[in-house]
Amino acid sequence: MTTTLDSLPAQGPRHAGGTARVFDLKADGVRDLNRAIHQAPAGESFTVENPSGKHSLAVGVNAGIDVEINGHAGYYAAGMNQGGRIAIRGNAGVGVAENMMSGTVHVTGDASQAAGATAHGGLLVIDGNASARCGISMKGVDIVVGGSIGHMSAFMAQAGRLVVCGDAGDALGDSIYEARLYVKGTVASLGADCVAKAMRPEHLAELGELLRAAGRGDDPADFTRYGSARTLYNFHVDNSSAY
Amino acid sequence: MCGIAALQVRNPELRPQLGTLLSTMLCEIVDRGPDSAGLAIYDNPQLNGAGQSTLSLLGADLAITPADVDRLLEHLLPEGAASTVRVVGDTTLVSSGVPAGELAAAVAQASPGAVVAGRGERVTVMKSVGHPMEVAERHGLDGMYGTQAVSHTRMATESAVTAGGSHPFSVADDLCLVHNGSFSNHASVRRELKRLGVGFDSENDTEVGARYIAHRLEQGDDLETALVNLGQVLDGFYTLVVTTADSMAVVRDPIACKPAIIAETDDWVAMASEFRALAELPGIENARIFEPEPGKVYAWSL
Repeated sequence: MTTTLDSLPAQGPRHAGGTARVFDLKADGVRDLNRAIHQAPAGESFTVENPSGKHSLAVGVNAGIDVEINGHAGYYAAGMNQGGRIAIRGNAGVGVAENMMSGTVHVTGDASQAAGATAHGGLLVIDGNASARCGISMKGVDIVVGGSIGHMSAFMAQAGRLVVCGDAGDALGDSIYEARLYVKGTVASLGADCVAKAMRPEHLAELGELLRAAGRGDDPADFTRYGSARTLYNFHVDNSSAY
Repeated sequence: MCGIAALQVRNPELRPQLGTLLSTMLCEIVDRGPDSAGLAIYDNPQLNGAGQSTLSLLGADLAITPADVDRLLEHLLPEGAASTVRVVGDTTLVSSGVPAGELAAAVAQASPGAVVAGRGERVTVMKSVGHPMEVAERHGLDGMYGTQAVSHTRMATESAVTAGGSHPFSVADDLCLVHNGSFSNHASVRRELKRLGVGFDSENDTEVGARYIAHRLEQGDDLETALVNLGQVLDGFYTLVVTTADSMAVVRDPIACKPAIIAETDDWVAMASEFRALAELPGIENARIFEPEPGKVYAWSL
């Protein structure tokens, strides 16, 4: 089943009419915030005010908790998330949701380079644009980008789905393995061994599910699928002179 | 890593706060390079007197007096005009009412070992080894008036931790360059420029970039074209900020190895290595914030 922005149980006090624990980073430290987050049982809610681009916010979430970051986050926000529901109401710096295992991360603004890098699972939704190397080496995560993505995205992407509602930059999917890429707009260029593929009914169905999961109304029929031509999987003896 | 923070203030009412604003930016990029730092400030009346050239020399204990400079410039200086020598933090400023090139020649005679870190009628360059916030404090950055400024915190890779190896590199009148990254072919480009008669002050890779841009500007390029040409000639990782008397430009290498973020309002345009350096700027909540695209030159004029 596709993880959606709404499918995780939200039983925290915020949702039961209670209040979330508030960390105001004008006064509170990032380490204190992360320590509290690591100790929190499932169902707790946290609100982070004045993030001011600080690094490593809400990293290492390991329970079904809610974290809302009100402002722009710095590097590696929501990294290694496992089961949490993390919302960044602003932009995210380099490596947002890197190595996510499960849960959701939602960025309402833009994301910098290497969004969702090496992530194994869960859903990363970026409402704005993502810059270079989005989904680099992704290993099972689903990523939905409302805008465009930069160059070298989905480089060596192994598994998972990357959906782009805008355009993709140069060398999309270079040396890609079995991840599936869906792009609505133009692709500046495809990387080595990445090719356009037919949209069969199962692809339209899974793309529709991903768009719904991200809360988007785009028509799956407007997208093109890209994936591996699988010509780099095996060594060709003709290339031996190159080594 | 290295950190960059640059600010061009469009609204004259904010110009008295330039130094204070730059200081808040610098504070947030210290982590990216704590070994040394440099600052360049444009149009500060205390540092750059009107109608005068100013040389920024490294070090506070240079044996150079206004009388020496006046004597050497006697034939150029108008009747009754005098040069000045002032010490600001770790920097010695020599000012005189002659072109910067003439002043540099006189200073080279008066104090043969002196290293010129900045020159021109509009810019003062201050750089030193040590914690960037202490470097800024020693030079009195807080409260400085100015139209535009760049700052750099260095994590040295290609040459030693010295004031001379710190950025910005200012190698032509009112031109400054700061760099995050490293040029991999700087030795061969340096050789080529030397062959064309260009002199060098340091072993630093960034100086090669600065000398190259100065050389191209001399050949008639505008700043934007010079930066496009730099991309053809110099190989490596870079995010660069270049300032001239009245403009500021940003460019990243074509694969965007090094970070950069730009924020722009009607009142100012700012560039930094990371968003956190911009977080305290007035009106940031309504600024247009974006990452510069790889290989594209962005330029703004005062």
